Amino acid sequence: MTETTKDALPISVRNVTKTYGKVFALNDVSLDIRSGEFLTLLGPSGSGKTTLLMVLAGFTRPDRGSLKFGEREVIRTAPHLRDVGMVFQNYALFPHMTVAGNVGYPLRLRNVPKAEAARRIERALETVQLGGYGDRRIDQLSGGQRQRVALARSIVFEPRILLMDEPLSALDKKLRDRMQIELRHLHEKLGMTTVYVTHDQREALTMSDRIAVVNHGRIMQLATPRELYNQPANRFVADFIGDSSFLPVRRQGDVVVFGDQKLILAQPVPDSPTLLLMIRPERIRLLREGSGEGLNLFAATVSEVVYQGDSFLLYARTDDGSEIAMRGAIREGTVSALPAIGERVRLSLDPADTVLIDGEEVRR
Amino acid sequence: MSATNLNAAGLRRDEAAERLALFGLASPALLLVLVVMVIPVGWLFYVSFIGADGNFSLENYVRMIDEKSYFRIFVTTFEVSLLTTGLCILIGYPLAYFMSCLPVRIANLCLITVLLPFWTSLLVRTYAWLVLLQKKGLVNSWAISLGLWDEPIKMVHNMTGTLIGMVHIMLPFLILPVYGAMRSIDRDYLKAASNLGASPTRAFWTVFVPLTTPGLFAGALMVFVLCLGFYVTPAVLGGGRVILVSMKIVSNIELFVNWGAASALGVVLLGITVLILWAASRFLRLEQIAGGGH
Repeated sequence: MTETTKDALPISVRNVTKTYGKVFALNDVSLDIRSGEFLTLLGPSGSGKTTLLMVLAGFTRPDRGSLKFGEREVIRTAPHLRDVGMVFQNYALFPHMTVAGNVGYPLRLRNVPKAEAARRIERALETVQLGGYGDRRIDQLSGGQRQRVALARSIVFEPRILLMDEPLSALDKKLRDRMQIELRHLHEKLGMTTVYVTHDQREALTMSDRIAVVNHGRIMQLATPRELYNQPANRFVADFIGDSSFLPVRRQGDVVVFGDQKLILAQPVPDSPTLLLMIRPERIRLLREGSGEGLNLFAATVSEVVYQGDSFLLYARTDDGSEIAMRGAIREGTVSALPAIGERVRLSLDPADTVLIDGEEVRR
Repeated sequence: MSATNLNAAGLRRDEAAERLALFGLASPALLLVLVVMVIPVGWLFYVSFIGADGNFSLENYVRMIDEKSYFRIFVTTFEVSLLTTGLCILIGYPLAYFMSCLPVRIANLCLITVLLPFWTSLLVRTYAWLVLLQKKGLVNSWAISLGLWDEPIKMVHNMTGTLIGMVHIMLPFLILPVYGAMRSIDRDYLKAASNLGASPTRAFWTVFVPLTTPGLFAGALMVFVLCLGFYVTPAVLGGGRVILVSMKIVSNIELFVNWGAASALGVVLLGITVLILWAASRFLRLEQIAGGGH
């Protein structure tokens, strides 16, 4: 553990509710964020994820609830006394100050002596790989550089909690991919408790220790990226994270069946009256008529085949009318061997990938 | 014709035709500027160099330097303009800030009330102040009956009256660009300042004020320049005790029928104004005066 990790603070959110008129932006949210953790709030727009972040920063006053940074109750603390760093979606860099002016702003407010401030500014800029950029004006910087300056400004005063509100959404895809890895490394290096807001599930999966999926002002599931992808708690999470097909299945005594086909399962069955079988397109395999045996087999007719360069996407309809999407790798020479529309195929699913989820619609 | 020059001549012709059409559209405005601006100013310039005997002479300018009274008039003009601008900032900036904090709908209502005087005749507004501020006017009689002061205070036909009237009339010119600048500030800047540890007061002075200075500067410049040549209001409310350059121009023409002297004053005033605008343009882009934005 590095020195800074010791300084990180856990965040405890308890029963926080925020309503706008009759709409719940946050509906009795409770959440424990561990010290030094990278936690992502993931959800569609209007889900309440940004509202929750704004409550953490102190810009939104909730109707009720408790918020603790470490042992300190801060729900009524003014934003400027919370001592958390924040990276804004549009960066909010002060256009009337230079890069060094921006990064040094929190130090000036804290009356850090000039020489030390200069040292810390340069160190923060080096951390975000912008060493020597101090004299530049903000409008001379590219989007990616602004992003880094905003980051430097939010870490230069060594806050123990760092909040980020979709900081990468304005960057182009390639830069975004690189910054995701970079932010991840930076977090490992600095070790501050980080709360990150995004609507991009891939970004969330890439960066987070844990992800809280938010919808309708509630937390749908809080889990590691792996758990979230492999074992989603409900249909919303399964739908939101990755692509999936859902087949209606039902309990028949001790076993679960799809149509009249018994499913071989490796995982416990969720305790719910309605069950859905979730199929990730890359986990299901294509078997040609007559070739080798899988364990859970679904007979289907190909309805669409899409060539996508590195892979192909196949849609097939089972005999009861459910659609299954399947993704397969394309190797040299297999392109011509792709099944044709209308061809009968069998799709096979390993028991480990045969995931049943709670099919109940999530209550508002 | 080679294939690489495909349609090149035709495309060039289209471009030239487009430019001609644009010039054609602009020509009425250019003509108007020529007739109502360039020619009269040129004539003014010419007249200012004609002496009393009808020949070329510098006497109109020499008089301005020789006679102390002219110097005093210029000082008074600057004094009144500066004071008016300062008071407009003191009153207008907080008002604009207040409006910029309101929801847009209510702020628009406020804006209309700010603009309302604009749609009333300048003369009406000026005489209204005369009525309000005179010895037995509304302000004095109310203040006395409320016990604020015992004797009627002289608030008109002096500097006080002149300033009150001018500030009232100039205020919208300051408020509009300042309000525009304030509205266009992303509130995230203030949030960021606050997140970084700035108290609301600190954030206001270190972020909000610097970001609105271009608008403030534009508005102040506008007010100052307008004040330099202001006539009606200071003439009525000053009651002849506050003499500005504009009044001297009028008296030169109406009283002394000395067009040369009046023109020379006009030329000097114009020169000073141009000088100020030039100096200001080194600190801000002049289009901000018109736009009020960034």
